[in-house]
Amino acid sequence: MTTLIDQTAPKLSPKDFVSDQDVRWCPGCGDYSILKQVQTVLPDLGRPKEEFVFVSGIGCSSRFPYYMDTYGMHSIHGRAAAIATGLKSSRPELSVWMISGDGDSLSIGGNHFIHLLRRNLDINVLLFNNQIYGLTKGQYSPTSEEGKVTKSTPMGSIDHPFNPIALSLGADATFVARTMDRDPKHIQQMLRRGYDHTGTSLIEIYQNCNVFNDGAFEVFTEKTSKKNETLFIENGQPLIFGENNDKGIILDGFKPKVVNLTEGYSAADCWVHDEQDQVKANILARFFDNPNIEGHLPRPFGVFYAIPRPTYNDMLNQQIAFAIEKNGEGNLDKLIAGKETWTIN
Amino acid sequence: METTEEQILESVVIRFAGDSGDGMQLTGTQFTNAAAMYGNDLATFPDFPAEIRAPQGTLAGVSGYQIHFGSKKINTPGDTCDVLVAMNVAALKANIEQLKPGGTIIVNSDGFDSKNLRLANVPEDQNPLENGSLDKFEVKKLDITKITRLALADSGMGTKEIDRTKNMFVLGLIYWMYNRSIDKSIEFINSKFKNKPQIADANIKLLKAGYHYGETTETFNSRYEIKAAEMPAGVYRSIMGNQALAYGLVAASVKSGLPIFLGTYPITPASDILHELSKYKNFGVRTFQAEDEIAGVCAAIGASYGGSIGITTSSGPGIALKMEAIGLATVLELPLVICNIQRGGPSTGLPTKTEQSDLMQALYGRNGECPVPVIAAATPLDCFDMAFEAVRIAAQHMIPVFLLSDGYIANGAEPWCFPQSKDLPEIKIDFAKATEEKFMPYARDEKLSRPWAVPGTPGLEHRIGGLEKQHITGNISYDAHNHEFMVKLRQEKVDKIADEIPLQTIDNGPEKGEVLIIGWGSTYGAIKTAVGALVLEGKSVAHAHIRYLNPLPKNIGELLKNYNKVIVAEMNNGQLIKILRDRFLVDAIGLNKIQGQPFTTEEIKTKLSEILG
Repeated sequence: MTTLIDQTAPKLSPKDFVSDQDVRWCPGCGDYSILKQVQTVLPDLGRPKEEFVFVSGIGCSSRFPYYMDTYGMHSIHGRAAAIATGLKSSRPELSVWMISGDGDSLSIGGNHFIHLLRRNLDINVLLFNNQIYGLTKGQYSPTSEEGKVTKSTPMGSIDHPFNPIALSLGADATFVARTMDRDPKHIQQMLRRGYDHTGTSLIEIYQNCNVFNDGAFEVFTEKTSKKNETLFIENGQPLIFGENNDKGIILDGFKPKVVNLTEGYSAADCWVHDEQDQVKANILARFFDNPNIEGHLPRPFGVFYAIPRPTYNDMLNQQIAFAIEKNGEGNLDKLIAGKETWTIN
Repeated sequence: METTEEQILESVVIRFAGDSGDGMQLTGTQFTNAAAMYGNDLATFPDFPAEIRAPQGTLAGVSGYQIHFGSKKINTPGDTCDVLVAMNVAALKANIEQLKPGGTIIVNSDGFDSKNLRLANVPEDQNPLENGSLDKFEVKKLDITKITRLALADSGMGTKEIDRTKNMFVLGLIYWMYNRSIDKSIEFINSKFKNKPQIADANIKLLKAGYHYGETTETFNSRYEIKAAEMPAGVYRSIMGNQALAYGLVAASVKSGLPIFLGTYPITPASDILHELSKYKNFGVRTFQAEDEIAGVCAAIGASYGGSIGITTSSGPGIALKMEAIGLATVLELPLVICNIQRGGPSTGLPTKTEQSDLMQALYGRNGECPVPVIAAATPLDCFDMAFEAVRIAAQHMIPVFLLSDGYIANGAEPWCFPQSKDLPEIKIDFAKATEEKFMPYARDEKLSRPWAVPGTPGLEHRIGGLEKQHITGNISYDAHNHEFMVKLRQEKVDKIADEIPLQTIDNGPEKGEVLIIGWGSTYGAIKTAVGALVLEGKSVAHAHIRYLNPLPKNIGELLKNYNKVIVAEMNNGQLIKILRDRFLVDAIGLNKIQGQPFTTEEIKTKLSEILG
């Protein structure tokens, strides 16, 4: 949603978005970085503070609204999407943000999550994915890898994990992106993109739980491995990665392949990212290999897919406007009397 | 042709019964409208299977519609019927017990062939039309199927389509029998089949055929006249409970200035409220058919947070799913109206049958100490007032309110001397505005209600959530004493509502006496009729009907002491009785029926007579 910046309003600073509550996440938690980036980006959006609403479910990440000096609701497990839907449908002028985690949105709230995406309400969804249940102290989550040993899976998890990007595309989301807690600039970039998108913006954020699942995303976030293991995608740009930007992705039919740009291939041969290409977005979403497997593909970060589609909130309110235009403002006496009456004297 | 004899009757009960695909509900509602327009008082009882098209010809597939209309005050659809229309063997078998001795049966003889006998589990040699079992009734045997097919032989329509119009023949015939005009039904057919003129013509043809059949054949030697009832002067319409409930919500929205947001999921018998409200978008009504029951109530909570009146509608199984969210709304202290159109339970239970077994669920069905106001509509008309009241309490007290109705009143119809908008009270709502003082989201007014501060209001940015609140600040608090204080405070907030609700009155009978019968919800009509009859006989029996179940009216305890015996009549295994015993230590006697069917007047009279001795 793009709003004209009100030049007369006092410029807000990140501090204006810090609430008076002590932040109670564990020291070293990836959530701190995400909170800071949100507080950094919001003042630049040119909206008064009272127009922002943060709605969350249950879990570590869902404490987020308490730390924002905006309107906020910390609701019940998995239901933030439904609550945000009611709010945005009835108050479309508000900037509604949903804060959720992998357990909250992909397990108990999975149903609301996919329906939010298909309806395309204009809500920004920040999905903190740490691949573990933190608040309940360390059970596997629906994004934990197979074989994961946790308190509830002493012999290893036998659940096949969700791929949140593929799930979102499958639910016909209109904006799908991935970023990571350790890359503040990239988070900010994704937050701005998500905010500017009209429709549900799904931003998956790889977030380290240093207490129960430390290092889950290390291979993507650590300097030593990041360049070889990640693929930062940008619209209209070729898919290039690697220590010296020396690797690229080509499409062999529908099959993606890593090629060496120093040996026979050039950037011009590489797959050029197109955010509006649904087929290719689905192929990119499947770059989800275990990084320990030989010949695996790098993990993409950035906007996978972004297309315009009418939002549920706009269409609902258009129907109301149309009904008023067509039938006039509701007249209670006419409604109650109905079409057939009789008089007793 | 002999002239038919005209008889004047005070009231008549007709029961239309057929296969669920036979159009008996439509026939019943059309006749109801005609009776209402004529000025009769009336009550109706649709009784249909849960399956849309249950196996044809079987007992499970029988759909019934009973109407009781008269020139006197009518409170119930009637215990037994004077006229039974039976479109097949199964319909006859399922309803014959409800027919009064000497009553009239109109049967479609085509529905009594060997196939229909087999489907209804009636031995071939036991055809009720031939074995004399109906001798004590007046049986009118008509081959309605044959007549219909003949009438439409040249219509170019298929047999299946033709057969579908046979209910119109029945309707026309009944119109003739009771001296009613077919004009309104012709208008209705023309409007319903606006784009299918062939179907419209066929239906009208059969409607007229039925009427003329009565007029020209000598099958019926009497015709009946039921004069208009003496009802208070005014403008009337006919209305069903769910419709009245929807209107009550819209009226409260208009009178409060709060736009309606309905978050819901289809479920029998509540879905009609969604259908109804979805038509009123020009009132600013937003309806959201959610992915499930939980999303329905949660979206309503989100909308209430934003300054709408959030409403959710459902029945028992759906309410069970919503309970966690209702607990959230209780702690958030946001307005929310939960309409439970009760049906037989537990689990999926009896979806299309009526019961009052969710009272305990409404009162106690949440985790933690989680009191909420509970009110119940007594009649189809009362659904309007109580829906209005539910919105008022929810919005003025910042609290979720349960409104209980049930399948019986939801689908039952009554004539309604409807109110004018100007006569309805305003519902005053004050949204919070910033002041110089720091905003305290959990500060309270004299009702113990907290401010409604909607997003978008400058200076009132605050956070709310399901974790326990610190008194006044609303910050998270795990303090032991604060929790106990807040639990008691939320209880007191509900209790204080008793300050503004009406005191309990005695509906009928002496202020002091031998027996008091207490009812709540849809049992009103049956109790009223039974008590009315006994009072006329000079019996010391009174009737009180409770509409406010939590908090209870302040004078209930005193009132109970004025009678030697207290009976609590409920369509459950004894729920309100437990509340009354708990609160007032009264040794009440239960009168319970759990058959998916409303009480008959006779059942209540019998019990009362037994207690009166």
